[in-house]
Amino acid sequence: MSDIVIEQQTLNYIDAIREGISEAMQADETIFVIGEGVPDPKAIFGSTQGLRQQFGEHRVLDMPLSENAMTGMCIGASLNGLKPLLIHQRIDFSLLSADQLINQAAKWHYLFHQAVPLVVRMIIGKGWGQGPQHSQALWGLYAQVPGLKIFLPATANDAKQMMKAALNDPNPVLFIEHRWLHHTESLIEDNEATINELSKAMVLRQGDAATIVASSYMVHEALNAAQACAQFGMEIEVIDLRVGHEFDYATIAASVNKTKNLIVADLHPMHLSPGHAIISQLMQNGIQLQTPPRLVAQPNHPVPTSWYLAENSYQAAEAIAEAIAQSQNLTALQLKKILAALSQPPRTDVPNRSFCGPF
Amino acid sequence: MTIVVEKLLDLYSQIHLIRRIEEKIAEEYHQQTMRCPVHLSIGQEAVAVGVSAHLNSNDRVYSNHRAHAHYLALNANLESLIAELHGLENGCCGGRGGSMHLIDLEKGFAGSTPIVGATVPIAMGAAFAFKQQKRSHIAVSYLGDGCFEEGVVYESLNFAALHRLPILFVLENNQYSVYTRLKQRQPEGRSISKLAAAMGVSVLHGDGNCIDDVYGLAAQAIAQIRAGKGPYFIELDTYRWPEHCGPSDDDHLGYRPQGELAAWKARCPLQYAKTLLVQAGVALNHIQQLEQKNSKKIESAWVKALNGLTPNPKKAAEGVYV
Ligand SMILES: Cc1ncc(C[n+]2csc(CCOP(=O)(O)OP(=O)(O)O)c2C)c(N)n1
Repeated sequence: MSDIVIEQQTLNYIDAIREGISEAMQADETIFVIGEGVPDPKAIFGSTQGLRQQFGEHRVLDMPLSENAMTGMCIGASLNGLKPLLIHQRIDFSLLSADQLINQAAKWHYLFHQAVPLVVRMIIGKGWGQGPQHSQALWGLYAQVPGLKIFLPATANDAKQMMKAALNDPNPVLFIEHRWLHHTESLIEDNEATINELSKAMVLRQGDAATIVASSYMVHEALNAAQACAQFGMEIEVIDLRVGHEFDYATIAASVNKTKNLIVADLHPMHLSPGHAIISQLMQNGIQLQTPPRLVAQPNHPVPTSWYLAENSYQAAEAIAEAIAQSQNLTALQLKKILAALSQPPRTDVPNRSFCGPF
Repeated sequence: MTIVVEKLLDLYSQIHLIRRIEEKIAEEYHQQTMRCPVHLSIGQEAVAVGVSAHLNSNDRVYSNHRAHAHYLALNANLESLIAELHGLENGCCGGRGGSMHLIDLEKGFAGSTPIVGATVPIAMGAAFAFKQQKRSHIAVSYLGDGCFEEGVVYESLNFAALHRLPILFVLENNQYSVYTRLKQRQPEGRSISKLAAAMGVSVLHGDGNCIDDVYGLAAQAIAQIRAGKGPYFIELDTYRWPEHCGPSDDDHLGYRPQGELAAWKARCPLQYAKTLLVQAGVALNHIQQLEQKNSKKIESAWVKALNGLTPNPKKAAEGVYV
């Protein structure tokens, strides 16, 4: 490598993923990409666009609708010299892969001391009428399984760096995206971060009044709430978990020890949301809070398709702001002002005005 | 197979009704009041119509993401479908499902869900129950050529053959899974129906765009199934005209060979059925009357459906458990 100065660039999340895949594939010719629609005209929301031209048909493949067998195939290939990147357009479809991932990939090294370098991209499809079978979060299910790494990039930069790191990791990594992140942009910092560095929680916004711990798309909802609070002189600390297979306890504890108030925001239904584990760990370690910890999670039912019915299925910035208000003993009027200061989409089931179906 | 004129009129009317409803959905979709993915059946209507003609309301039909034709061909409730697409309380799932999750048990439409392959074994389970309980009904499972790549399909064919279950598998071969052609997913030249036959089920193969062909094959298969001769599998060749998901054309994307769509449009199942009627001596103005009746039916169902109430979000938590 020559030491040319690379101009810092801003990318959206999709382009960042594509760059991450492309750079990893250039560096490592054992990597191949496979998934339903990978080389098709829509190219997995654009994230695999051009890869086939760049790397050839044998490294960028479509696949039959055979998620279960294809996952096993990827495990076998990874045990024998290749590095697969398998893509599911919805995390819900990954349930057909679940046996291979949970029973095989996650256990193989533990049993046989053979590495399974496999990356599986899974997209959380929540929003705009996707309905009960296309909108689940589900990463907590996989996070229950020792042996799987769970990456939850919340920014375009993390998406790129984590993709490269995942494709360089000897373990099975589930790279989980929320569809509402795809249009977000951030500055790309190519500093070849290691997986350990990327697994550290990141303080995205500093504050002293309360700590919000969030991951994936909920990070943006947390930032939205924190920005609104800042207009009224309340500084809220926002921490991005970044990974789901372990929690960077030290970073979270340091923040909570400072702010003495904790809110965890999560995409899962309330019952057994991964957020409970964060709160539990802090409590078990005797961290003292000024107010009870609060968990903002989703209702304990499937997400209905009808947008009328689904209104409460998108607990987001507003609910986080309400939790902050409780922790700060705000009056109803103060809360009302904060809510008015939130940047809000036209409806709860879309991230912004331009987002719409059909897929 | 020749079909008596009255029956043929029925079949034509159903194909026409499905075509017009799908077109109406496509027309209105941009208004964003049908806030759910839609997979339209335009171009594939004759399959469901020809099969359903031999079913009764005690049979159980299971389907997939592209279910409108399967549902409507059973004369299932039109208003409930339209309301469901609009997320209203009078929808067939009360708005919980949208286009990809339909049901009308009264007419035998037992459920459609969009995880590809999921309802194939579920349909087989219905057939298993019918056999165990010595009931005379049959189960029907609609699946696509893409679905035929899911392992669960082979597991289901195996079990259905093993137990000689009263089930009809209807495979709509429209050659595409989303934007991926069959030959990019399955070895070229291998026949789907022959593969199914090797699994031990009786197999028929026909032209899904010719209502007389579909009607005749389904008559034969369903009579055999009802007579206790075990499972049947019919592969029907057909073609999807609009984009995979959504209201528009997508030929500009270039994933279909040039001229392919036009060639299939020239083999329109609606036009074909109309030609059969004309050949049978039915007057054009008689056909027109049928068409007008359908248009009125759609207009009035549309109005009634949209008069439905919007569901109360508080009710979203109900029904998780019985
Ligand atoms: C298990 C699973 N994988 C992928 C998808 C995404 N998907 C929805 S429809 C479809 C194509 C299905 O093709 P086919 O069975 O031939 O039916 P068609 O759409 O042609 O009617 C795909 C891949 C899904 N819904 N479920």
